[in-house]
Amino acid sequence: MMEEKLEGILTRYRENEGNLISILQDIESEFGYLREDAINWFSERLDVPPAKFYGIATFYAQFHLKPRGKNVITACCGTACHVKGSERLINSLVKELDIAPGEDTSEDLKFTVEKVNCVGACSIAPVIIVNKTVNGKMTPDKLMKEIKTLKEGKREYTDYI
Amino acid sequence: MNKDVSIKVCMGTGGIAAGGEAVKASFEKAFAAAGIKATVDRHCSVHKVGCRGFCARDVLVDVIINGDKSTYQYIKPDMVERIVNEHIVGGAPISDWQVKDDYHTFHNKQIKVVLSDCGEVDPEDINSYISRGGYEATKKVLTTMAPQEVIEIIKTSGLRGRGGAGFPTGVKWDMAIKAPGPVKYLICNADEGDPGAFMDRSVVEGNPHAVIEGMIIGAYAIGAPYGYVYIRAEYPLAVERLRLAIKQAKERGFLGKNILGKVFDFNIKVKLGAGAFVCGEETALIASIEGKRGQPRAKPPFPVQKGLWGKPTIINNVETLANVPYIIRKGAAWYADMGTEKSKGTKVFALTGKIQNSGLIEVPMGIPLREVIYDIGGGIEGGRKLKAVQTGGPSGGCIPSSIVDTTLDYESLGKVGSIMGSGGMVVLDETDCMVNVAKYFLQFTQTESCGKCVPCRVGTKRLLEVLTRITEGRGREDDIELLETLSTDVKTSSLCGLGQSAPNPVLSTIKYYRDEYEAHIFEKRCPAGVCKDLLSYSILEEFCKGCTACARVCPAGAIVGEKKKPHKIIQDICIKCGACFETCKFKAIKKG
Repeated sequence: MMEEKLEGILTRYRENEGNLISILQDIESEFGYLREDAINWFSERLDVPPAKFYGIATFYAQFHLKPRGKNVITACCGTACHVKGSERLINSLVKELDIAPGEDTSEDLKFTVEKVNCVGACSIAPVIIVNKTVNGKMTPDKLMKEIKTLKEGKREYTDYI
Repeated sequence: MNKDVSIKVCMGTGGIAAGGEAVKASFEKAFAAAGIKATVDRHCSVHKVGCRGFCARDVLVDVIINGDKSTYQYIKPDMVERIVNEHIVGGAPISDWQVKDDYHTFHNKQIKVVLSDCGEVDPEDINSYISRGGYEATKKVLTTMAPQEVIEIIKTSGLRGRGGAGFPTGVKWDMAIKAPGPVKYLICNADEGDPGAFMDRSVVEGNPHAVIEGMIIGAYAIGAPYGYVYIRAEYPLAVERLRLAIKQAKERGFLGKNILGKVFDFNIKVKLGAGAFVCGEETALIASIEGKRGQPRAKPPFPVQKGLWGKPTIINNVETLANVPYIIRKGAAWYADMGTEKSKGTKVFALTGKIQNSGLIEVPMGIPLREVIYDIGGGIEGGRKLKAVQTGGPSGGCIPSSIVDTTLDYESLGKVGSIMGSGGMVVLDETDCMVNVAKYFLQFTQTESCGKCVPCRVGTKRLLEVLTRITEGRGREDDIELLETLSTDVKTSSLCGLGQSAPNPVLSTIKYYRDEYEAHIFEKRCPAGVCKDLLSYSILEEFCKGCTACARVCPAGAIVGEKKKPHKIIQDICIKCGACFETCKFKAIKKG
C-alpha cells in the first residue's frame, strides 16, 4: 500500500521533471507529514542522502516531521491579524486543546494548531482557518463554539480553500 | 419582453469566506425555481468574479438587468429569494440592501488598471477576458511588433517593478534581450510573503489571464521560451485558477508552440512555494525552483546574466506583469500620464488594519496618503485617531499621522524612512504600541532569516532580544542607542534584501516614536496599553454587575465571582489577554 503510493510519487516526479521539493510536497500531501521511512525509500531509489531531504524539509515552513492532528487549525499571524488580536486567539486555542508547550499537536492527535505568516485575507482579520475553511473576523467566543462542534464530531471536512 | 439578467457574485478569498459559494448556489436555485413559473423569457446567468476590493462588505452581488447595474452588499443566502422576487421578477430593487454612498466614494478616487477587469471577468472563463479586450495586446505584439519595440514601449511607459524595489521594467527586459544564448527564462514572482499584503493573490484570483498575457508579451520581448510562476502554496484558490487559465490559454493557442502562427514558443509552468519568505528574493527564488534550500547568493552575477539553471533569467512581480497588456493596448503615453515624474501609473495597495473600509485599492502614484486613509478608507475604525500607517511590511517603516500628507510614490516614501514595498498598508490607531509593532516585524524577519549570513542571522536575533526585553519591562538605559547601532550594522552588511531591510521597522519607529521607547524603558509603562508585562487588569467593583460575561470569555479562568455580585481577577492566573476588557459592557474592567 505504502510502496504503491511512493511509486506513484516517483512516477509523477519523473514525468513532470520534478525536484526534491515536489517529492516532499507529494509525501506531505499523501501522508500528512514527512514519514522517515518514505524519505529513506526515496533516498535509496534516487541515491540522494537523506540529509539532503531533511535540509530542505527543515528550511521550508510547509513541511512537518511529526504526524499532525486530525483537525488542523491554522491561525493567521499577519500584521492585520496581529493588531486585531490573533495572539489571544492562539492562546485560547492552545489552552482549550491542551497542547503542550513547544508542541503544536495535542497528544491524542485530534488537533493541530499552527501559525502561518499571512493568508492574505487581511480585510477580514483576524483569520482562523479550520480544516481549510477560512473564518474571518474571529472572536474567542466564535472560535470556542467552532472547537466544540469539532470535538463533538459534528462538522464535516470541507476541502475548499 | 426579453430581459438579459446577469448576476455577479464576489468570490475572492474574502467573498468565499463570507459565504459567496452559498449565495451563488441560492441564486441558481432561485432561478431554477422561478424559471418554471415565469412566463417571460429570461436569460439568467450567474458568474463568480474575483475580488472587487471592498472585502469588508462581502458578499457583494451585482444584479445587471439589460445593462443596468445595481450592487448589493452583505448578502447572505437567505436574502437571495427576495432579490429574485422583488428585483429581478418584480423590477423593484431593494434599496435597503444596496450599497450606499460610501461604496461609491471608495471607488471614485481610484483609477483601476490592473484591477480594471477584476470583479468584472469570470476568472475561470477565458472568453470572459477575451470579450473585454483580453489577448488583443498579445495579437498586436506578435503580429505587428519587433521585440525591441515592445521594450521601448514599456520603457516609455515608465513602468517600474511593483514587487517593491521599483527597478524600471523596460530596462530589465533590455538587459535580458542582450544576454546571449537561446535559452532564457521568465519568472513571475507570486510569492507574496509580506504579512498584510494580498494584492498579488487578488490579481491572480480575479484575473489570471492578465498575468499570463503579461508573461507572453514579456517572454516575446526578451526571447524566453520558458516561463515559471512561483506562487505560494498558501493561496490554493489562486493556484487553482492560474492552472485552469494556463490550460485554457494553451487550448486557444496563446501558449505552446508557434503561438498565433509565429515562430515563437512559450510555455508556463507553475511552481508552488513551500513557505519561506526569503524566496521572494530573486536568487533564493531561483534556488527554490531548482529544488534546493531557498538561500540567496551574492550578486553579481545577476539573474539576468546567470539565473535559473545558469541561464539568463528575468523575474517580474505579478502586478508588474499584469500592467503590461493594458499598457500595450492603451499606449505608453496613456500610462505615463498617470502618477508623478518618476513614479508612473497606478499602484495596488492592500488597505488593512484599523480602517473603516478595508480592502484592495488601486490609486494613481503620487496620491496623498491622507486621501487614501480618509476618502477611500473612510477613516479609522470605531472613530479612534490615526496613529501611523505601516507600508512595505517587514522591510518597510511607519508613516506617523503628523505627516499623513506624504504622497505615495517610490521617492516620497523613501524620504520619510519607509518604502513602497509590494503594497501592504496597515493602518494603526492610538491603541497600537509602536515598540510592539517593531517587535512583531523583527519576530517575523528573525524567523524567516535563512541563516546563511551572520549579520542577518545573529543581528536580527539580537535586535529581537533587545526589543523583547524593552516590551517586558527589562529595558536598559542605552538600549535605544544599541538598537540604532546594531540596525545600521545589519543593514549595511547583510547579503540580501531581507537583512538589508529588516531593521527598517525598528529605525523608523525610533525615529518617530522615541518617546514610546523611553516610556517603556524608563517608566516601565506602555502608553498604548498593549505590552502585557507592563499591564494589569482589575475589576472596578462599583461598576461590576456580576453578569459573568468576562468570566466566560476569560481563556485562563482567572475571573471568579458569583452571579450578580462583583467579580475579581486573580492576578497570578491572569494572562493579560484583554478579553474581559473588550467584553465588559459596563466599563468595569480597569487596564493600567
